[in-house]
Amino acid sequence: MSTARTTAPPAKPAPAVKPAPAAKSLRSRRDNLHGWAFSAPFLAFFLMFLVWPMISGAVMSLTGKSLTGANSGFIGLANYSEAFADSDMWRSLGNTLYFTLISTVPLVVIALALAALVNMGLPAQWLWRLSFFSPFLLASTVVSLFFAWMYNPELGLFNDMLANLGIPPVAWLNDPAVAMWAVVIATVWWTIGFNFLLYLAALQNIPQQHYEAASLDGAGGWRQFFSISLPQLGPTTVMIVILQILASLKVFDQIYQMTEGGPGGATRSIVQYIFEAGFTGYRLGYSAAISYIFFGLILLIALAQVFITRKRSA
Amino acid sequence: MATTTLSKPALQPKGYAETVANRRAKTPLSRILATVVVSVLAVAWLVPFAWATVTALKSETDAASTPISWIPASGFTFDAFAKVLQSGNIPTWTLNSLFTSAAITAITLVISASVAYAISRIDFRGKRMLMGVIVASIIIPPPVLIIPLFQQMQSLNLIDTYWALILPQVIHSPMVFVLKKFFDQIPRELEEAALMDGAGRLRIFTTIVLPLSRPILAAVAIFVFIGAWNNFLWPFIATNESSLLTLPVGLQTIKSAYGIQYAQNMASALLAALPLIVVFLFFQRQIIRGVATTGLAGT
Repeated sequence: MSTARTTAPPAKPAPAVKPAPAAKSLRSRRDNLHGWAFSAPFLAFFLMFLVWPMISGAVMSLTGKSLTGANSGFIGLANYSEAFADSDMWRSLGNTLYFTLISTVPLVVIALALAALVNMGLPAQWLWRLSFFSPFLLASTVVSLFFAWMYNPELGLFNDMLANLGIPPVAWLNDPAVAMWAVVIATVWWTIGFNFLLYLAALQNIPQQHYEAASLDGAGGWRQFFSISLPQLGPTTVMIVILQILASLKVFDQIYQMTEGGPGGATRSIVQYIFEAGFTGYRLGYSAAISYIFFGLILLIALAQVFITRKRSA
Repeated sequence: MATTTLSKPALQPKGYAETVANRRAKTPLSRILATVVVSVLAVAWLVPFAWATVTALKSETDAASTPISWIPASGFTFDAFAKVLQSGNIPTWTLNSLFTSAAITAITLVISASVAYAISRIDFRGKRMLMGVIVASIIIPPPVLIIPLFQQMQSLNLIDTYWALILPQVIHSPMVFVLKKFFDQIPRELEEAALMDGAGRLRIFTTIVLPLSRPILAAVAIFVFIGAWNNFLWPFIATNESSLLTLPVGLQTIKSAYGIQYAQNMASALLAALPLIVVFLFFQRQIIRGVATTGLAGT
């Protein structure tokens, strides 16, 4: 983070005539006015649609408020103690962490492998980017329609391919042991292009001279990848992993659309639980409390990130 | 992006091109292997599109018959597309998505660029705190806000209006940070001269800073637009009326409505996918560069 400048830039030559103190304070008053005037539009939205909901959500989590507006009296921390004893809440949280783990690993590793391969000087660069990145431009609903259709037990492409290999059919979205993996496959297909592009950009920023020096020393391709590319990609990888974890924790769309959290709650994520507590259970207060528990988890991870990056740079 | 090294030949040592050529010529086998692997994966990545297209071009009977086949028994037909376009609301939803995403992008650009300019250039009291608060807010996940935002929109009587879709989606704190970093790099001398000539802040901002910032503004616009176009959770909550739905939310209602019309499902999905894919084909370079420059913005 760069720090704000409070004095005039030192590089500027000193003005021939020193401004009188009155002129200076006039200028700083004008700067105050201008600064806040330029900030005002963003600030207005920021206060209204971010700060205010954060506050009203916190207040709501201390009430028994329902979607119909009834029961808005204070009940203290009752929602929180109920949530901590709610096995469905824990299960949704567990599902979310499981999804985060099994989606982050391939979304980082495969993206890196793809970027490294494409960066080997392959022809038709635009074609690879087009293929791997274009799914990222699809709405979650489109992705879910595509994959639900391919996962169809009788008419789906996946079971057809398995049958050709002599493997018995799989109940992709209806088997509690498989459903989350099916969601992860769709998610990897959908979003890998994003991490792929970030890795590709980072790889192209590594100076060629490093590789030249290494190949003069007789280092082969693998050696160059592990001792030049990978270390150089360290900071990028840390950022991609953190962003991916934070993105995966927020998973809702594709799961809700493909399985509605089923079978039997096996894929229900914490965001879906928040959504359902509020909009199908009509319990806004309880839902707000779970939102804050989820936010607490995100904050913990963010703090861990700060801690890790500090330690690395220290 | 791909041409970073090529566009700065002066920085490369002599014989650079030759060395690269040598390096590449030396390992033709590994490059051929890489090309094969990447090609296989690229084809695999295109399968969902291809299968959806083939299904959409079948009759419903062929789409639902076993064993499944890439070539339908009764030939290809545009029936599914025609039916979806006649009976469905896809054109309306596309316009809704276009309008709300464009409005979100425009408002986001205006308010983010002006606050970023103030923080980058004007010495005003409280700006460090302001920047600190904006950066800290990056950590707030949007799903945490859905319950209180719904409540707020309900009490403002905005549920089922375009306002409810647009207003809560224009705060993109990471983009403020990205823009501020870009503005920081623009030489101050340009503005100092204009200030001396008596130009106001607003004029300097609109006539000097913004034109110089076109690439970053485009990158931010692309990023925000794609996000808004594809956003699901908030529009799903904020609208119920069919004529106000955005494409992603509308598709979800189609899915529940024609559960077993496979060809029509795929035709709808493809029609929904089409606009951004076409835009991508035209602006591939800008989009890819935009994602690469703003992608790590949350950091």
